[in-house]
Amino acid sequence: MTTTSVDATGRASDGGAAGPGPAAPARDGRRRRTSAPAARRWTAVGFAAPLLAYLALFYAYPLWRNIELSVHDYTVRAFVQGNPAFVGFEKYAEVFAANAFGTALANTAVFTLVSIAFQYAIGLALAVFFHANFRLSGVLRALFLVPWLLPLIVSSSTWAWMLNSENGIVNSVIKAFGGTQINWLTSPDTALTAVIIANIWLGVPFNLVILHAGLQQIPAEVYEAAALDGAAARQRFWRITFPLLRPVSAVTLLLGFIYTLKVVDVIWIMTTGGPGDASLTLAVWSYREAFGTGQPDFSPAAAIGNLLIVIALVFGFVHLRMQRSWEES
Amino acid sequence: MKHRKPLARPAAAGLAAASLALAAACSSGGDGGDADTYTWWDPYPQHADDSAWAERVDACGEAAGVSIERTASDTTDLTNRALLAAQEGTSPDVILLDNPAVSTLADTGMLTTADELGLDVSGVDENLLAAGVVDDAAYGVPIGANTLAIYYNAEILDAAGVDPASITDWASLTDALAQVTDNGDKGMTFAAIGTEEGSFQFLPWFWGAGADLRDLDSPEAVAALELWTGWLDSGYAPNSVLTNSQNTTWEEFLTGEFGFALNGTWQVNSAAEAGFATGVVQIPARDGGIAPAPTGGEFIVAPVQSDAERYDVTRRIVECMTTPEGFVETAETFAYYVPPTAEGQESLLEALPELEPWVTAVREAKGRTSDNLGTDYPKISEALWTAVQHALSGSAEPAEALGQAQADAEAALG
Repeated sequence: MTTTSVDATGRASDGGAAGPGPAAPARDGRRRRTSAPAARRWTAVGFAAPLLAYLALFYAYPLWRNIELSVHDYTVRAFVQGNPAFVGFEKYAEVFAANAFGTALANTAVFTLVSIAFQYAIGLALAVFFHANFRLSGVLRALFLVPWLLPLIVSSSTWAWMLNSENGIVNSVIKAFGGTQINWLTSPDTALTAVIIANIWLGVPFNLVILHAGLQQIPAEVYEAAALDGAAARQRFWRITFPLLRPVSAVTLLLGFIYTLKVVDVIWIMTTGGPGDASLTLAVWSYREAFGTGQPDFSPAAAIGNLLIVIALVFGFVHLRMQRSWEES
Repeated sequence: MKHRKPLARPAAAGLAAASLALAAACSSGGDGGDADTYTWWDPYPQHADDSAWAERVDACGEAAGVSIERTASDTTDLTNRALLAAQEGTSPDVILLDNPAVSTLADTGMLTTADELGLDVSGVDENLLAAGVVDDAAYGVPIGANTLAIYYNAEILDAAGVDPASITDWASLTDALAQVTDNGDKGMTFAAIGTEEGSFQFLPWFWGAGADLRDLDSPEAVAALELWTGWLDSGYAPNSVLTNSQNTTWEEFLTGEFGFALNGTWQVNSAAEAGFATGVVQIPARDGGIAPAPTGGEFIVAPVQSDAERYDVTRRIVECMTTPEGFVETAETFAYYVPPTAEGQESLLEALPELEPWVTAVREAKGRTSDNLGTDYPKISEALWTAVQHALSGSAEPAEALGQAQADAEAALG
């Protein structure tokens, strides 16, 4: 054994001169074939182990725990004593049968789709605008990132103040122009609109940054060629920018979708899902069940959470499929 | 063996992974098992380690011959952390817990009863102790109580010609609101937000009408909700009450634009420092008299420990906090926490006679989890604040909203 060594890259080398006899190289050769790849595999496993442990600890376990919570009846007592009754899909059935379910699902769809539609459109418009690289465009672009940098509690509270029925600046502007007071956060007709507006404002910078980066990838020659062929600005956008930006757009929309799906803080701070259930989304509902009342109901909260994970996964797969079909074409 | 073996590196990496997992496992299992250190959780993060309150906690530990390790977090967080700690078997020795949470935690079996701890709770006012009584066993002692009353802006009332003493029932209060708004000022602000605070502020009217939390859609309950919706419809109260927390309500009142604000004992100092003269009237019941307001304030409770020998010292720490002198000291530290014993209340009034209306209000007050509601209360309360939200926002009539609330509460209680 002292004659055979493996260097840092795993290559075996024979110490021929000090070898014990003629049979040794052959035996060593056989050992090399089996042990070196095995050792390499162990090395690989060893290096992956911290990552695997991390994934197991921080991804697999919480996910498993969430599923476990949702199929048991975790009352507060059962939670502490660790003896919840197994109820299978009963909690899911309760969630589906609840009065709030239809409202929450519809609100989630409206909130998510309207939010990302506007975030994307505004983000893209701004990205194209800033792509022109005029003077101060860098500074202005940086200013647009402010919503992203503010802590959500600050921006949400500020929106809540601005949209306040009696004292909000939005209503005083409306009244100054002769309109009537709109109870943004306190009327069931406008509460959802109000939180969507705030959420759009919050999401624009994210779209702007990613789409702006995507625009940098489009080669300038394409635009030059189009300009030579006499394409108008509108044509350049619809026939070059938009199609070439498609992969970036898809990622932006997917990430935006997943982010928006699980928004709790903005809605919770502005309306707590109210008045009543008027601005309740699935994510807010889940939070409300678990932490919003004096009586934590972890099981239905986990069931709603799992439902959200499934929705996000479905759209993730749709995205992968779309991406594959583009790559093929 | 002078060369490194092929397995050394995978072993090292594996070891790193194992120690990572181990570190994670250890950090969650830190039991406060030190015999001379007692752990103490309270919901007062505003009182830092060098505050009078922290010194008082330390002094009680010293008197019992141990040192106290105090951790402060906000109320909701504290309840959740207490549940998690109980599940992990790492409960602190003492928790100061918001009173409606006591029955919920007691129900899990994670709290000791006053009997188990050897505490004498006979001196504590029954209406205040009731929040911590589950199945005839008392869990912990209130360290003080606060409650709601109506603050008024004396300048606005004078200008409108309203005598605060004339407010004795709902009709006279509504008349006063009408006079104030007719005079060009704003009427009354309160918190009807869709959280526990909304229920907390609605309960004096609910109970003041004679309604019962087991029967959310009674005519009395409907009358209470109609009182609120009527104020909004007449413009006596702003529409923003729907999203107002109690703090926001108070900020609105401090602008000096409102005649009245529904708020608690904890604003006494702030009211004294307001830029206008203020006063306090009790919340009237529907047909006169004082309406029972819900009690607020913390209980001092002792979670179950695996080592029962710790209870003796824990009891001495709790007793130190709950002597008559201790109550008054707590009351002063906390800018007006009314002591829960008759003796303590008398001592407080000797020191601060201006708190008389608040002591009266606390004596009339009622625990939210009383009437043996216990752990049912949070579910009923959620149905109730949802009904208030629906009715005030106009998405349902009061009777309809409360009918739905009763159905929801019954469904939630099974």
